[in-house]
Amino acid sequence: MSTTPDVVVTGFGATTPLGGDVASTWEALLAGRSGVRRIDDADHEWVERHQLPVKIAAPLAVAPTEVLPRVQARRLDRCEQVALVAAKEAWAHAGLGDRGNMQVEPERLAVVVGTGIGGAVTLLDQDDLLENGGLRKVSPLTVPMLMPNGPAAWIGIEYGAQGGVHAPVSACASGAEALAWALRLLRGGEVDVVIAGGAEACITGITVAGFVQARTLSQRNDEPERASRPFDVDRDGFVLGEGAGIMILERAEFAKARGATVHGRLAGAGITSDAYHITGPEPEGVGQSRAIAAAVRSAGLEPSDIGHVNCHATSTVAGDVGETRAVRKALGDHPILTAPKSALGHMVGAAGAVESIITLLSVKEGVIPATLNLENLDPGVELDVVAGEPRKVDLDAAVCDSFGFGGHNAAVVFTSP
Amino acid sequence: MADNTEILSGFAEIVEEVAGIDTAEVTTEKSFVDDLDIDSLSMVEIAVQAEDKFGVKIPDDQLAELKTVGDAVDYIAKNQ
Repeated sequence: MSTTPDVVVTGFGATTPLGGDVASTWEALLAGRSGVRRIDDADHEWVERHQLPVKIAAPLAVAPTEVLPRVQARRLDRCEQVALVAAKEAWAHAGLGDRGNMQVEPERLAVVVGTGIGGAVTLLDQDDLLENGGLRKVSPLTVPMLMPNGPAAWIGIEYGAQGGVHAPVSACASGAEALAWALRLLRGGEVDVVIAGGAEACITGITVAGFVQARTLSQRNDEPERASRPFDVDRDGFVLGEGAGIMILERAEFAKARGATVHGRLAGAGITSDAYHITGPEPEGVGQSRAIAAAVRSAGLEPSDIGHVNCHATSTVAGDVGETRAVRKALGDHPILTAPKSALGHMVGAAGAVESIITLLSVKEGVIPATLNLENLDPGVELDVVAGEPRKVDLDAAVCDSFGFGGHNAAVVFTSP
Repeated sequence: MADNTEILSGFAEIVEEVAGIDTAEVTTEKSFVDDLDIDSLSMVEIAVQAEDKFGVKIPDDQLAELKTVGDAVDYIAKNQ
């Protein structure tokens, strides 16, 4: 058993390509629906203008501007908007009270919310305004809209968090790494509550073009819903998504004292780095394996305790199999795997946070969503991957993996309350 | 050339667009900071939109002197 202070999850919120909140996202995942669709439409005219070979993505199911007050939304980049949408759901879910009547002291409340790209769309839009209209057309909000700490900072302002606001930026691992840093803050006793997670909204010409040139995106344009297929032999790259996921994490003692409902424990976390290649994962998965092992150790658990791994698996040829090597090395052959990016696409800096919520729900509800489109398992996988239908299974502990360009590896462990 | 009533009405629309304050609340005696809670970033946006709408120039040193809605309306009326 762990001797370190317990950290519990008392609330969560999300907005994703499958739904505008956690409940609708979870329901769609279990139903086997895909959030991937064609984007060569009027809202994404750049697809045709630049004749991009990728004409699919996983955009949000519910636009944040439909949810946020108009004036609040117009001051925010879309990445900041989605972060606030998810934070509002999570905060209400945790029942921590309204501003001015909160159950946590502002100086004991922190925010750790990461992003991979941040406000790239704002940067591009404002640059267009500068080039075409001159200085006076540029918004005074340009810098706060494009800065990658913007999502964390706005959440901090919304809830009056004065215990520190942090923004891990580690590409596709940002969301999970945020949870890992939040765990450290809470275990260190610096704060009582952390609003933690990740946000991303960068489906635009230059990001898609950049990912295309890096040869990372699926080009299965004729079958959007079948494009993201982690662990399948016919996978050809990931599908770019957008969204946000936020968890409310608390010191267990603090949550108990205020009578909060506990949905599970963030039991451990591990962060490592490959120091190998700026985009490619180290082929033997050594750094990934070390992150998973460190997370399990940090939880005070043995590898045999981990029944399930919610994989990073993005549907790229190199990445998916490498990750399974890392899982086998760290945990053995017994964990049951799934890959939610098959349905959600790759939400970059939000992925690890949203997938952590899914992992927590799998432990809580005893069901693992299926990996969509897994028709022919890559023979290199050699592990049990849930396909076809969701699988009911009692889980005491599960790992969520998240890896990012730059060789960032983060793994977190969730256990039942 | 708009008169002060027309300027106030048009100016209130800008404030509503930028800061979400109902146009009926935007009256001449109101202070931008103390009554309407408009920050310096929003004031820049409001000034740029007012310049476009009323064909005036509002340099930064003048903008800093506009404390109330009435100050802004008078400035626009004088400088159109």
